[in-house]
Amino acid sequence: MEKFDKVHGVAAPMPLINIDTDMIIPKVHLKTIKRSGLGVVLFDEMRYHDHGGENEDFVLNKPAYRQTEILVAGDNFGCGSSREHAPWAIKDFGIKVVISTSFADIFFNNCFKNGILPIVVEEEHHAILMDDAHKGENARMTVHLEDQQITTSDGVVIEFDIDPHRKHCLLNGLDDIGLTMEKDHHIDKFEDHASQARPWV
Amino acid sequence: MSPKTLYDKIWDAHVAHEADDGTCLLYIDRHLVHEVTSPQAFEGLRMAGRPVRAPEKTIAVPDHNVPTTADRVNGIENPESRIQVEALDKNAKDFGIHYYPVNDVRQGIVHIVGPEQGWTLPGMTVVCGDSHTATHGAFGALAHGIGTSEVEHVLATQTLIQKKSKNMKVEITGKLQPGVTAKDITLAVIGETGTAGGTGYVIEYCGEAIRDLSMEGRMTVCNMAIEGGARAGLIAPDETTFEYVKGRPHAPKGAQWEAALTWWKTLFTDEDAHFDKVITLRGEDIAPVVTWGTSPEDVLPITATVPQPEDFEGGKVEAARRSIEYMGLEAGQKLSDVEIDTVFIGSCTNGRIEDLRAAAEILKGKKIKDGMRAMVVPGSGLVRAQAEEEGLAEIFKEAGFEWRLAGCSMCLAMNPDQLQPGERCAATSNRNFEGRQGRGGRTHLLSPAMAAAAAITGRLTDVRELM
Repeated sequence: MEKFDKVHGVAAPMPLINIDTDMIIPKVHLKTIKRSGLGVVLFDEMRYHDHGGENEDFVLNKPAYRQTEILVAGDNFGCGSSREHAPWAIKDFGIKVVISTSFADIFFNNCFKNGILPIVVEEEHHAILMDDAHKGENARMTVHLEDQQITTSDGVVIEFDIDPHRKHCLLNGLDDIGLTMEKDHHIDKFEDHASQARPWV
Repeated sequence: MSPKTLYDKIWDAHVAHEADDGTCLLYIDRHLVHEVTSPQAFEGLRMAGRPVRAPEKTIAVPDHNVPTTADRVNGIENPESRIQVEALDKNAKDFGIHYYPVNDVRQGIVHIVGPEQGWTLPGMTVVCGDSHTATHGAFGALAHGIGTSEVEHVLATQTLIQKKSKNMKVEITGKLQPGVTAKDITLAVIGETGTAGGTGYVIEYCGEAIRDLSMEGRMTVCNMAIEGGARAGLIAPDETTFEYVKGRPHAPKGAQWEAALTWWKTLFTDEDAHFDKVITLRGEDIAPVVTWGTSPEDVLPITATVPQPEDFEGGKVEAARRSIEYMGLEAGQKLSDVEIDTVFIGSCTNGRIEDLRAAAEILKGKKIKDGMRAMVVPGSGLVRAQAEEEGLAEIFKEAGFEWRLAGCSMCLAMNPDQLQPGERCAATSNRNFEGRQGRGGRTHLLSPAMAAAAAITGRLTDVRELM
């Protein structure tokens, strides 16, 4: 996985709460057997008209936000289906950071597996970041993972928390499966014990 | 020893390794797999030259994409769906995992097949690349959905990297009123907590109204734990659970059954165990409910009216306005005046035999409204066979319902069963999101009995009027 360091880019505002993974990528695009190429259908039903053609009112279709790398979203972002196609589409579009007051559990996990940084901030900070994101492409936000800081276009610094293990994996681009396989002897030992304790499993 | 919750006990029995920062490797007893969220995971294994670590604990079944019409025996017409199902056929064979192909009578929705075949047992850890894995919590198993990267992780290592969630208790006291079902309980709870209220928690459902439920009803309750944001929902196993499990094809037998039973009987929350959050609802207060909006938290009794967006606070005001517009409703409108054109009975929430019995009970000797499109999609081939044997299929067909083959169908509309823009469906499934059942389609979630009532009258209906 690519190493995650710092992002300095356009932040787009999506204040709507409860944006679910069906909205992020509708099921018609889940029939793929690949992970790539889903950026073009990110937010498909909001982004395109029923008859085709872009909906110019949708934030990511506006000229200022076409190069968005940071999404500032409403509460409970990514709820619903476990589909990892949602973070795949977000990543493929070029978005590397999503900021909200809360995320749904499975989506939150899926982000880290794909080199996307989901950041949870307090409501008061969220409001500042949402305002900044509304300023358009000249107002670039900076997210620095090592320092755990977000800097707005006018220099306001907001600190954020992240699980140390996840931070380490993102910074170093580490693959979870490889890391777990290094603990193979623990899994062997557990299986030996469990097959005695619960042989019916 | 300090008192433990049911979740604590199952968690502790499955930690294979714990790092200093509390990050654990949680051992997985059962891994369920379907065709939509697994192809990329198997591809990852192939590229890394890795085998499936425990194929005997891995069970696959195609469900999301499969057509539910009788002509599916001739193959799947949609090329993309066909490719996904064929990929699962091949992956199951290449990696040597248990498999129920499309035309096996045991095929069905993965969360119905697992319990039915006895793969799901109390005290287990169960995962699947599907958020409704929470269903299996009804057995007192720790069960939750995972993404495709985690599917690959479990296939390769039979573990997940996890941190423990917090404990939440949802107690439903007393008895339910006539016409009120497990679906009404689970929707009412989400209405109370909101869709993010469970985030960071594992819920244990308890109380008299939960104890009184059958296994089918308990599965309906746990199924929608994810809709409240929780990682998993659990119900402590009891005689109802053991009775259901006993004799199933993959349930333990003989001396192993006795040994299992001894352990299963220790799986309950100790007195004075700590819960980080507690919610209590009175069973008597729960009415038959429906959803009016595009989030499962948008729940109201059928006797209520569509709310005013201004009744809410914060971001919910705008969300409610958007929902009401999308749903084509008006604030203040009576829910029981909302006309529908489609009825869907099925899904991992309500596609089990008890659900079909409840709907058939209302439909017996009646006809659905002229012009209504109504379908029943049994949760598995075996549920379908049992319903035919009990004469339920005949009741549905005579009433005017289509009687389909098993699959996820119109719950997520990946197969040909979809709503057209503007169509309005009374659905027994679990999500009313925008476009969930087809682009522009409108979904009202409710119980199977309520869905049957709506099919007869052509509008959202209080089932108690037809009882």
